[in-house]
Amino acid sequence: MSLSYVSALRRLSGHRLFGPACTLLLLLAVNAALNPGFWQLQWRDGHLYGSLIDILNRAAPLIVVALGMTLVIAVRGIDISVGAVVAMAAATAALMVGGELVVINGVETHVSRFPMPLALAAALAVGLLAGLWNGLLVAGVGMQPIVATLVLMVAGRGIAQLLTGGQIITVYYEPYFYLGSGFLLGLPFALFIAGGLWALLQLALKRTALGLFVQAIGINPSASRLAGLPARAITLFAYVFCGLAAAVAGLMISSNVKSADGNNAGQLLELDAILAVTLGGTLLSGGRFSLAGSVLGALSIQTLTSTIYSIGVPPEINLVVKAVVVFVVMLLQSAEFRSWLRGLALRRSAA
Amino acid sequence: MNWRPDARMVPALGAVAVFAALCVFGAVAYAGFLAPQVFLNLLIDNAFLLIVAVGMSFVILSGGIDLSVGSVVALSTMLLAALVEKLHWHPAAAVALVLLAGSSFGALMGWLIDRFRLQPFIVTLAGMFLARGLCYVISIDSIAVTDEASTAVAQARLPVWGDASITVGALLALLVLVVGIVVAQGTAFGRTVYAIGGNETSARLMGLPVSRTTVGVYAFSGLCSALGGVVFTFYMLSGYGLHAIGLELDAIAAVVIGGTLLSGGVGYVAGTLFGVLILGVIQTLISFDGTLTSWWTRIAIGALLFASCLLQRLFELRRR
Repeated sequence: MSLSYVSALRRLSGHRLFGPACTLLLLLAVNAALNPGFWQLQWRDGHLYGSLIDILNRAAPLIVVALGMTLVIAVRGIDISVGAVVAMAAATAALMVGGELVVINGVETHVSRFPMPLALAAALAVGLLAGLWNGLLVAGVGMQPIVATLVLMVAGRGIAQLLTGGQIITVYYEPYFYLGSGFLLGLPFALFIAGGLWALLQLALKRTALGLFVQAIGINPSASRLAGLPARAITLFAYVFCGLAAAVAGLMISSNVKSADGNNAGQLLELDAILAVTLGGTLLSGGRFSLAGSVLGALSIQTLTSTIYSIGVPPEINLVVKAVVVFVVMLLQSAEFRSWLRGLALRRSAA
Repeated sequence: MNWRPDARMVPALGAVAVFAALCVFGAVAYAGFLAPQVFLNLLIDNAFLLIVAVGMSFVILSGGIDLSVGSVVALSTMLLAALVEKLHWHPAAAVALVLLAGSSFGALMGWLIDRFRLQPFIVTLAGMFLARGLCYVISIDSIAVTDEASTAVAQARLPVWGDASITVGALLALLVLVVGIVVAQGTAFGRTVYAIGGNETSARLMGLPVSRTTVGVYAFSGLCSALGGVVFTFYMLSGYGLHAIGLELDAIAAVVIGGTLLSGGVGYVAGTLFGVLILGVIQTLISFDGTLTSWWTRIAIGALLFASCLLQRLFELRRR
């Protein structure tokens, strides 16, 4: 019996999600130890309420961006323009929704400037165009992904500021807030967006050959092209999806803070997304990727942030902790580091 | 005469041409643009960027990237200001420690990249988080520099000719540029950097000291960032954790616009000077215009970056 227990444990620890899940559980345990009420969920005002729900709600935009980033990294790319795309999409939506004070039948109400579906569609179109631009530069022109997306990262924030006129645009139109801070069936609505996107992508990758193609391109782009895969089209699709995901995240973020800030919206989000993807066990060199891992990674980052808040150290020191986590994870991912550790252990046991 | 430039020089010469074109445009469109002080101000206002970009040129020439430079600049301003103002160190001793800290930080990242075959992008990204976070460990608030010796150095103007003058920081930047050019073109270290950027495996098989040079390149970039931080402290007369946010992008953009291939191995440190000058002159043009807002700077830089990347890509395809 103990033997089967050991083999089950070994199989579990060999699973690719074992590391990311352990990281998240560890962070949750630290939180629970520091904050006795951490696991408590309350039913208040018709929805669930508690630290866990808060983490899930705040992590949702990062999950969405990390899903797109996973796909791009899986085809040996990287998209560092997602933060700028978030800012552009948020500015577009906030500009179009706006919210003008109108008096109807003696009641002051805020009315959107354009119908909200049109504003949402416009924001998504911005993301689509951004993704198309990045994808064409990488798959069409053949630029290095970092450089190709650097162009939009630099220019995109300028465009976002141009849209907002350098101001922070405040939104007054109530229905728009639902995206980022509304509740459905007692849970944050943002969670349904993130979950829906994940399910959609998971279905597309696992139920069709697309997942296999993506993996093949990530492992060897030339070989997969020679084998007859539409490598360029799939790479283009990855960037378009990533752009769309960033636009969705932009909508969620601006709806949550009820405004759009061309300069600061989505600041450093690209780095958080890449970090989430790396934490989830996806290789930055392409080929091996895990959507579930990226979701766990994004949740870990958000949990880490709230841990730091609950410890009571200044939130800015967050960055130091994040840096240490990145260093540890990337060293553990390196084959050279593992063999170096093994060498050290052997030398010690020999001595 | 039928002089044709070396194909490798074309992107750098393109940068010189763009700079010249922008200057001609400025001279035609705005009165007073061609004053010597306008051009010296380009150097004064972008001294720290030039210093950081020279270090970045070496990293990119070796086929790597250093995202930590902006944060290291911020950390250096913070460290210098704290040492001088809070602990009352002599400014010279504080500067020496800051330079040592910056180069050790770079060397550590270089060692991790080389020893454990890690991606420079991720290692320097973590370095960026770490340095930025350490700023806030020192202090959350900005520290003003009021030390007399420091402010005297910061406000010193060295006459060039006529009324025109430059600052110590700008002079230092030119010195770093000259050192960079000499090291890249005239030393074994420089040639090894080009060789690694061209093909690391070949460089290793040729028996070149690849590991030592990689660590050296990141240490040099760290040193340049720290020196850039020192110059920035004197320029702003303060240390602050929010200084130089996004500087890494400007430095990378300057290097790429200056004609260095991001894939490594091709480019000139002198081209980087023109990359920095182009970024500066765009800002100057926009401020001369007065009706355009500052965010047009970012859009213009993005467009230039796009154009020079496209040019480089065409050049790469033709070489094959």
